[in-house]
Amino acid sequence: MPKMNMVEAVHQALLEEMERDENVVCLGEDVGRAGGVFHATKGFQDRFGENRSFDTPLSELGIVAFGMGMALYGLRPVAEIQFADFIHLAYDQIYNNVAHMSYRSVGTYHCPMVIRSPHGGGVRGGLEHSQSPEAIFLNCPGIKMVIPSNPYDTKGLLKSAIRDEDPVIFFEHKGLYRAVTGEVPLDDYTIPLGEARLVKEGKDLTLVVWGAMVQLAERAVPQLEERGVDAEIIDLRTILPFDKPTLLASAEKTGRVVIVHEAPKTGGVGGELSAVLAEEAIDLLEAPVMRVCGYDTPFPYSLEGTYMPSVERLLEAVDASMAY
Amino acid sequence: MSESIGPMPTQPRMHRLIAEDGTLEGGIPEGLGEADLLEIHRLLHLSRAFDDQAFKLVRQGRISFYAGSRGHEGAQVGSGYALEAHDWVFPSPHRELGVHFAKGATPFEKMSHYFGRATDPTQGRQMPNHFGSRKLNIVPPSTAVGTRIPHAAGVGFAARSKGDPTVGVAYFGDGATSMGEFHIGLNFAAVFRSQTVFFCINNLWAISVPLDRQMGVPTIAERAAAYGFPGVLVDGNDPLATYEVMKTALDRARSGGGPTLIEAKVVRLCAHTSFDDESRYRDAAEAEEGERKDSLVRFRAFLEKQGLWDAAKEAELAATVRRQIDEATAEAEAAPLPAPETLHRHVFYEGPEGD
Ligand SMILES: Cc1ncc(C[n+]2csc(CCOP(=O)(O)OP(=O)(O)O)c2C)c(N)n1
Repeated sequence: MPKMNMVEAVHQALLEEMERDENVVCLGEDVGRAGGVFHATKGFQDRFGENRSFDTPLSELGIVAFGMGMALYGLRPVAEIQFADFIHLAYDQIYNNVAHMSYRSVGTYHCPMVIRSPHGGGVRGGLEHSQSPEAIFLNCPGIKMVIPSNPYDTKGLLKSAIRDEDPVIFFEHKGLYRAVTGEVPLDDYTIPLGEARLVKEGKDLTLVVWGAMVQLAERAVPQLEERGVDAEIIDLRTILPFDKPTLLASAEKTGRVVIVHEAPKTGGVGGELSAVLAEEAIDLLEAPVMRVCGYDTPFPYSLEGTYMPSVERLLEAVDASMAY
Repeated sequence: MSESIGPMPTQPRMHRLIAEDGTLEGGIPEGLGEADLLEIHRLLHLSRAFDDQAFKLVRQGRISFYAGSRGHEGAQVGSGYALEAHDWVFPSPHRELGVHFAKGATPFEKMSHYFGRATDPTQGRQMPNHFGSRKLNIVPPSTAVGTRIPHAAGVGFAARSKGDPTVGVAYFGDGATSMGEFHIGLNFAAVFRSQTVFFCINNLWAISVPLDRQMGVPTIAERAAAYGFPGVLVDGNDPLATYEVMKTALDRARSGGGPTLIEAKVVRLCAHTSFDDESRYRDAAEAEEGERKDSLVRFRAFLEKQGLWDAAKEAELAATVRRQIDEATAEAEAAPLPAPETLHRHVFYEGPEGD
């Protein structure tokens, strides 16, 4: 079985889907001739032609809106937003246009499209090459959202996203692109959206993570074991709709939950997960839900190491939860 | 301005076929026979009578809101009549009544929409004026003006890449041309030679804001030069002229010639919407002057001069249309509201429902 890094897994998923269905079309800035700034669409233009993988004018709003028109008409666009920090420029298109189309038209029009975008910090990208903007879509009915953490999941989830009839935002952590390698089968497999992955079983405390925070949680395991904490690690994978049964079952089992994400704490996805736990599992909890997050500041350049959740901060939260 | 900067772009000439008094100045556009002319006349009347009825229904508290098309019908019906059934329309969220009718919407479907009934093609999901229909290829709008403009470019690209003759058509007002989406949509369509027509109905106002607050050039049409495709200025009170420029633009798009921007100039003969009091910002003389240019008056005079029409036929048409709209109103009002349990449906795709 071949080994791939994350961006190779993205490339492989796109390649297989473009071969499977001629309606799948990649578009975005530098997507065509150059094959993407991270090489996700490398070679596609030569292989599939100008109408299947192409460069657009420099406008995120335009990429999403033009892609939406294509999706309405029956193509399956995979629109690349070069950096997730620029997805804000297309926000109205995603929120009021793409996400609401099925609802406003009682399903007579819909937008099966994927909006892929590299996100995440720790790459010395400063304020606008580091963000994890998943929370701004949490309150948007009609959209699905996926954040994979490893090459195997990346391929399976991206293929599902492309085949899904609903619009899917697919954030790929650029810090993981070349840092994480794993076995990726070349056969046609998919991973269903909406299902979390149990990374590690445990009985004392649940760590809820996604994207690059999965690796962070795994790195913390030896120190957790030293403390005698048998942590369960859940990789959420799909942020919208998230896997509530898995979350609640794990909370019931361990009674303690720590959520880790890169985005700022206030208004982050961790808040929603905490609210669900408070609403539906408060009797099962033995400690308050803890959150380890980015700070409520814009993403700093020089101090990104201080800003990002770290093993130390994770351990502090675990200690606080265990001591409660 | 320094000479070296060169001349300003020239303003396009106003395209017109029928003079204000109904005299035919140009030829009747190719392909339009007597039956077509009478159908255009009927659609103008249908739109106007629907408009009158809808305003009345708001005043009576029977529907919640209405944005009138009075004064816009010549541009809507004429251009709409040029569309093929397979062409996709992205209407503005406020008007395009005559386009809906020209595309084949029935008074009952339209009334059901205003009453928010289950018989609305989109089952009362949208506020009044946001009409859409799958079978007619009318995409229900989002309220933010101009935001659908790039979608028409995307549809026009998709149709071209599939080898289909379909054209994506975006309708919008003059105010919407200040949106980023206007620029982006036109620019994308130009770059990809999309099968797209951008049809701006310029009624000189965006609620209370006049045209010179939207842009620093005299016409919207000339802005097409910046994108590298034709911009056409047309008298929007002349249904034949709007038909002709639209037909030309559609043919051009279908044959791979790329997009066209059309500016149809009209006079708004109503307040912006049923919520608006235009006396606060608009001189009454403008609308009075506009009434003289009204497309309904002009087209009737044209038909009479052609020997196709007379007072008796006009009265008969008015009565027929009146009856249809009264029936549609009664039927729609009596139709059921969407069932409460449908509230949660179609947030995510479940397959099509409705028309
Ligand atoms: C983006 C956006 N901002 C504000 C509004 C509120 N609004 C509704 S109609 C309108 C004026 C639109 O003018 P124009 O585009 O010229 O079209 P018209 O209504 O005159 O046909 C405004 C400001 C809106 N619908 N969309």
